Amino acid sequence: MAAPRCSRCACLLLVFIYSLYVVVISEEPTPGNEQHASVVENPQTAAETEKQPTEERRWEATQVDETVPDDAAANKQDLPVPDSVLTSTPPLKDEFQEELVIRPLHSGDIYASFQFRTVWETDFTRGSKVSHYRLFPKSLGQVISKFSVRELHISFTQGYWRTMQWGQPYLPSPPGAELWVWFQDTVTDVDATWKELTNVLSGIFCASLNFIDSTNTVEPSASFKPLGIANGTDHRFLRYATLPREIVCTENLTPWKKLLPCGSKAGLAVLLKSEKLFHSSFHSQAVHIRPVCQDEPCKTTSLELRQTLNVVFDLHASGQGKREWSLFKMFSRTLTEACPLASSSKIYIDVTDNPEEDQFELSPATHLLSQAVVLGDRRTFSVYDLTQQVTFGTVRSLNVLIRWKSTEGDMLRPLLHAERYIAGYGLQTGEIHTLMYNNHPFRSFPVLLLDSVPWYLRLYVHTLTVTSKGKDNKPSYIHYQPSKDRMRPHLLEMLVQLPPHSVTEVTMQFERALLKWTEYTPDPNHGFYVGSSVVSALVPSTVAMNTNITKEQPLFSTFFPTKEESSYFIRVYTEPLLVNLPTPDFSMPYNVICLTCTVVAVGYGSLYNLLTRSFQVEEPSPGLAKRIANVIRKMRGVPPL
Amino acid sequence: MILFVNDESIFLISSGFTRLFLVLLDKQVCTSRFWFNYRHVANSLSVYRSVKRLGIPDSHIVLMLADDMACNHRNPKPATVFSHKNIELNVYGDDVEVDYRGYEVTVENFLRVLTGRLPSSTPRSKRLLSDDRSNILIYLTGHGGNGFLKFQDSEEISNVELADAFEQMWQKRRYNELLFIIDTCQGASMYERFYSPNIMALASSQVGEDSLSHQPDLAIGVHLMDRYTFYLLEFLEDIHPASKANMNDLFKVCPKSQCVSTPGHRTDLFQRDPGSVLITDFFGSVRKVEITTEVVNLTDPIEQVDESPANGEAREEMYSYVDQLPVSEIIHQKPKQKDWHPPDGFILGLWTLILLVFFKTYGVKHLKHIF
Repeated sequence: MAAPRCSRCACLLLVFIYSLYVVVISEEPTPGNEQHASVVENPQTAAETEKQPTEERRWEATQVDETVPDDAAANKQDLPVPDSVLTSTPPLKDEFQEELVIRPLHSGDIYASFQFRTVWETDFTRGSKVSHYRLFPKSLGQVISKFSVRELHISFTQGYWRTMQWGQPYLPSPPGAELWVWFQDTVTDVDATWKELTNVLSGIFCASLNFIDSTNTVEPSASFKPLGIANGTDHRFLRYATLPREIVCTENLTPWKKLLPCGSKAGLAVLLKSEKLFHSSFHSQAVHIRPVCQDEPCKTTSLELRQTLNVVFDLHASGQGKREWSLFKMFSRTLTEACPLASSSKIYIDVTDNPEEDQFELSPATHLLSQAVVLGDRRTFSVYDLTQQVTFGTVRSLNVLIRWKSTEGDMLRPLLHAERYIAGYGLQTGEIHTLMYNNHPFRSFPVLLLDSVPWYLRLYVHTLTVTSKGKDNKPSYIHYQPSKDRMRPHLLEMLVQLPPHSVTEVTMQFERALLKWTEYTPDPNHGFYVGSSVVSALVPSTVAMNTNITKEQPLFSTFFPTKEESSYFIRVYTEPLLVNLPTPDFSMPYNVICLTCTVVAVGYGSLYNLLTRSFQVEEPSPGLAKRIANVIRKMRGVPPL
Repeated sequence: MILFVNDESIFLISSGFTRLFLVLLDKQVCTSRFWFNYRHVANSLSVYRSVKRLGIPDSHIVLMLADDMACNHRNPKPATVFSHKNIELNVYGDDVEVDYRGYEVTVENFLRVLTGRLPSSTPRSKRLLSDDRSNILIYLTGHGGNGFLKFQDSEEISNVELADAFEQMWQKRRYNELLFIIDTCQGASMYERFYSPNIMALASSQVGEDSLSHQPDLAIGVHLMDRYTFYLLEFLEDIHPASKANMNDLFKVCPKSQCVSTPGHRTDLFQRDPGSVLITDFFGSVRKVEITTEVVNLTDPIEQVDESPANGEAREEMYSYVDQLPVSEIIHQKPKQKDWHPPDGFILGLWTLILLVFFKTYGVKHLKHIF
């Protein structure tokens, strides 16, 4: 019968399953095999509950393992430790700060400057091997130690900073890419190290820095003194190069963002979205590495890494013509938290021109105010501290809004301003004019002009003239290194005293060289770039500058070290020049070959035929009627016609 | 517990497995300069994007773009490159790493990357780090003709050069299998001359035919993509890392009705049957992870001994910042002592000539007056 057979089958099945289960249990007590115990529930639940504590115990076991080093270290602490300083947890040797400064400009544009600073208490010069990197990016640390770099400054800029409309930037940079490096005294072959360093940096930043070679590298003799701690300034260890043609795009921003401790996931770096950043009038990102004082009595040094990003958003392109800026409008993001690894994370809004809130309105309101002396002026800033939860309010996000009410007010004229252009006509000669404006009403100050001109513009140094207010102005220091074709560019450094309220004009004639046809770029009709001139100056300031650098000062005011209170140091870059060199017609070889071959073929061929052919007289064939008549005549036996 | 390893470690593990794990490397090359060749950059970037989506990391991709379209001043939407009209898909994205850009994209650099003959200071991201276990995908796009591909509007690479480069790669054991895709006019001529084993090639058009572009966008003002790559991208969007689609499906992409040109392919040099080759063998990468339940004891962290003042004499001198513009120091700066070089060839020859002429005219007996 079906029913008893069924029940017997079921019993057999049950026994079989149970035996299987027991066998499996005895072999491997792994959690995955619980699926087999489906029918027999009681042993299963017992086994499950038996297993879960063991599982949990296993998870806890890993946690216990992690705390063992701490306990071991704590045990170590009990032992007497005479010389070396060992603590239970290694003291944090690096620190990260981030800040954003927003400065509304008089033309309606807005200037935002990000600075991310990592300070690391280490000294690569001691020769100690470093293997633990926490906040400092490992790729840069390895580059510094391998190439014995003391200071490294690299910047990528798209656009030109318009000093007359926007004022002075916190961190100046020339269009294109600029790289200048101070090497340690221990480097024996600076040029070879420089070449390798540029190649490595081109891989890190996805830029074509490998085009930096001896034809665009110079060794300034007085400009570009170290910005960090230095005990000697032997300019043999300094190299400077610019690539004015270098494009800046997302592929340069991506590796730059990856160097930040929080990446672009938290903190102020969340705002850095490429679609908005590159839709701007000016975009500059830079990396500055230099040794700085650790504390007030400067006995030890630490390594500082500053990553800066300056961007100017245009009123009409990004702002749609409305004088109202907010973080969301500028960056299409709002802030939700500070970077957890940052010790300070602040936003500064420049409200100096807005003491009674008559120019623009700032929201959300903040009661934190800070004053800082920057660029020779005492400015007031409203501060948003992102490490305080209250900044984000109830909506948990911060969107700073600046709404303009009136458009009055003049901008303070910048004290130093420089321009450069090419005069002349034709493709043979020309003249470079550099103009430096001193807008101070009664003070004059010295200015160091650095010009690096590629070898294919042959400068005539005997035509160099420096005039201020129509009179000759003799520079107190000139250093000129002539170029060598295809090896070295021209280098001209001059220390010029600019009289007050004047324009100083530096002119020099040049001749354009004809390059070899392989040296032309694929688009030679675009022109060839000449890098920006660098004007370094100590400008008198209206307020006393702070000569001590403390930790509480905002980052943007501590970039250039100040030695005296009455003046501050700035660097102004001129425009790069675009010069057309005489360009040959690259289709010329093809055309010449075609034409020559045609002429040779036609001429020689005809001549050969005339000389070697023999001519025979041939009678024309007679007409049809005559041929028939000839046939009839042949038949008759009569001679043909 | 899952054992997480980085790329290099997987490289070592993979040498044990011959077929299961493959290190995939890629190369996308766009060879055209100027704004109106926007579509070639969009082609390369869309293949780059698909390949990244399917799992290949940036360290295994060499991307060469001959001109900058995204941040070009003519681009109405900076930092974007679109592939579909109505601006749907930004193939440039936020996380792109271009290894060779602008003037660096030359025939010489391309061949050096393929054969590995690069200067020693070239960074890793600019090298093709492949070995004999690697499958390589090479995608070229630009303007071409019968037997050549144009680079930067000023030089060409011929099909013979390309075939020889692949043979060098084969002899140096730089690839296991190679898939070559080309989207140019008369593209099939580029793979006619291949003679190395394990190469499969696809082209967007036959000899004598032109590859056409897909659609212009009126806001940007140029054509956005080429037809073959457009349909190839559509096909790849349906592929996911575990897909079982094989090469025969890839050969069917863009028939003549859609492409107007006839795509071609070549499989005679390939040892395996194309039907058994998965698309993800070349386009994707699956990292094999090994799950283990054993506990691994990590070694104690290296104790950094603090070399502070406790350890020896304290530093007496204070560091200080340098004066940025020390005017008096600069004015009184002594000129650099230049290294003395022996006289150059020209000067030496000139002096020799002068001395020779002198002695010729006046006779050798005057020598004693000189010395």
